[in-house]
Amino acid sequence: MSARQHQTEAQPSMLHPELCASDDPDAIVRDGRRLDHAEGASKPLRPKPEKQPRGALIRGNRPVNQAEAAARFIAAPEHEKMHDERLWDLRQKRDREMHGIPEWEELRSLASAIKEHTLAHLDTYLEEFEVHATATGVHVHWARDAAEHNRIVHGILRDHGARSLIKSKSMLTEECGFRHYMASVGIDVIETDLGERIQQLDNEDPSHVVVPAVHKLRTDVAQVFARTLDTDPDNSDVHYLAERQREANRPLILAADAGMTGANFAVAETGTFAVCTNEGNADLSANVPKLHIASIGIEKVIPRLEHLAVFIRLLSRSALGSPITQYTSHFRGPRAGGEMHVVLVDNGRSERLGMAEFWTSLKCIRCGACMNTCPVYRRSGGLSYGATYSGPIGLIIDPTFNARKYSNLPFASTLNGSCSNVCPVKINIHEQIYAWRRVLVERHEVPLAKKAAMKAAGALLSRPAAYRAAIAAADTALAHLPRFVVYNGLNAWGKHREVPHPPKQTFHSWYQANRGARS
Amino acid sequence: MSGRDDILAAVRANRPRGDHPLPSVPLFDRSPPASLLARFKENLHRMGGEVLDLPVSGDLLAPVRAKIASGNVVCSVVPEIVGNRNIAGIGTPQDLADVDFAIVGASFAVAETGSLLLSEADLRVNAVAYLAQHLIVLLDPADILANLHHAYRRPEFRGNHYCCFHTGPSATADIEGVLIHGAQGVRSLSVLPLARTA
Repeated sequence: MSARQHQTEAQPSMLHPELCASDDPDAIVRDGRRLDHAEGASKPLRPKPEKQPRGALIRGNRPVNQAEAAARFIAAPEHEKMHDERLWDLRQKRDREMHGIPEWEELRSLASAIKEHTLAHLDTYLEEFEVHATATGVHVHWARDAAEHNRIVHGILRDHGARSLIKSKSMLTEECGFRHYMASVGIDVIETDLGERIQQLDNEDPSHVVVPAVHKLRTDVAQVFARTLDTDPDNSDVHYLAERQREANRPLILAADAGMTGANFAVAETGTFAVCTNEGNADLSANVPKLHIASIGIEKVIPRLEHLAVFIRLLSRSALGSPITQYTSHFRGPRAGGEMHVVLVDNGRSERLGMAEFWTSLKCIRCGACMNTCPVYRRSGGLSYGATYSGPIGLIIDPTFNARKYSNLPFASTLNGSCSNVCPVKINIHEQIYAWRRVLVERHEVPLAKKAAMKAAGALLSRPAAYRAAIAAADTALAHLPRFVVYNGLNAWGKHREVPHPPKQTFHSWYQANRGARS
Repeated sequence: MSGRDDILAAVRANRPRGDHPLPSVPLFDRSPPASLLARFKENLHRMGGEVLDLPVSGDLLAPVRAKIASGNVVCSVVPEIVGNRNIAGIGTPQDLADVDFAIVGASFAVAETGSLLLSEADLRVNAVAYLAQHLIVLLDPADILANLHHAYRRPEFRGNHYCCFHTGPSATADIEGVLIHGAQGVRSLSVLPLARTA
């Protein structure tokens, strides 16, 4: 090995990896020669941005391996750290807002009771909403499932000869695979929420219900925009990226044939639907084109305007830790010369209503507070769940769509209960996660190794004497076994952490020795 | 059966058991702030909006005139300020694409959140409040309510097809949590607390 080669390997950072090309546009050329007085032909060194870890691998109906995708996210330390800290910051801001409202717990109880009441009388309130919306000139449609929703919206667009659609963020349309469907029928969909637009341009699903691109670093966004909006790939200044996106979107907004929004709440007594955004993009989507279509899940209905106050007070405080979103828009009918359509979508909701243990998951207002607080979600990224809904709420909703495909998800939780504690509508999320584990085992949707372990544990836990003997034996074994026996592929617990030191004595034997005689 | 009938039938068949009474919602106004304007101002500032100081004498609209002086296209929906883009002459929202400053009057405001309610009656053309680069709002300080419970009792929600709470300018923190004003809509929101003349 020569000295030069040796130096390259030992000190790679001292050598520039690339030099300016001979056709460098920045070069100053005089008399056919490049001027190089004091010029550095070397390119400045920049640390190479960390590559974005992608989400779970989807293989048809086979169970999504959340742990595998999470491991890849954790293996990207810059992404993991930013994601973890960003979401924990949102959680802390939520706490700050909570402490500023003396009636916070009362509002949560009210919100929960209002939702439970409405869900128990959902038919009546849906009909009431329809009557009032129709009376102010809204066309109300009903869709049994995702496919019917997409067909209805396509039909409306076709009737108006619409070829382009600007839309605000809607988890329901994600659920319906709406963008894919529209692409297949030749309609150009433009997402107008910055985070959602980033995800659309990167051909990736949103990873969070409120902040869809939260798993991306600014360098990832710079790469996406360089590829799709012709921005400078080396400029990851966030102000620059946001401004270029604004400038690129504005002409599309002005030229769009139709606009689409979701809805956060639908008020039965007035036929109003409310949409909450921070960018004002729902208002642009609804107020610039003549045609406005709103897709609304049937569980979004609430009885009266006075109830809306409770939810608006809770929503953004829980989601982002701000007292309200920048824009809270109320639509009750088309504007003069305009046309408004509402599509009420079931897509599994009425079936979920009949699940005694799980129907209260329909109370969810999609604030994302459970995701922001979840230690598993914060460390693994929303795309690791391979489903429309990720984080704790996803664990209890996703299996209702496909029990086999999402059979692993209820196990992606430590059951710490923080999700239930922050939920503004008091869904017992962690209890439902636990209940789903039992249901999935009963339905034989759980992998054999996991099931065998749980069955053995169940047998052991039901017999105190056998349990005590096993614990004592395990402690003795752990103290003496070589590492390769304890840390192998079969022990998931030992993969990323040390197994705890075995105690010299079990609590039971200590109790027998020290206190047992007295009792 | 139609989709509507199917869905309603499924909802009825799967109705959750138990008694789930509808609670009544209190107004939560036992401890109102000493000054509604001060509380409104504080909360709007937190959300990126600005409350302009009303001059003690002379031209009360001077702060607004100073702001719009730098704009080429000014669209005023209020009689107090004359712009150079007449809202009455707007055929389609696209005609507002080049507006630098829009000036509108608010129906009312909410101290708890720092929000302004702008209705279709206030805006004339709804898109003016989103396509303009900057939005200036005139608000009568007598129209500030304590909280959202009071706000949702107002008639604006029953009489209009469209109304919207504005709480600061268009904002986003979608890239690494970095706060940006002017994500898609207005880049700034300023409020002048001015008593109504009529």
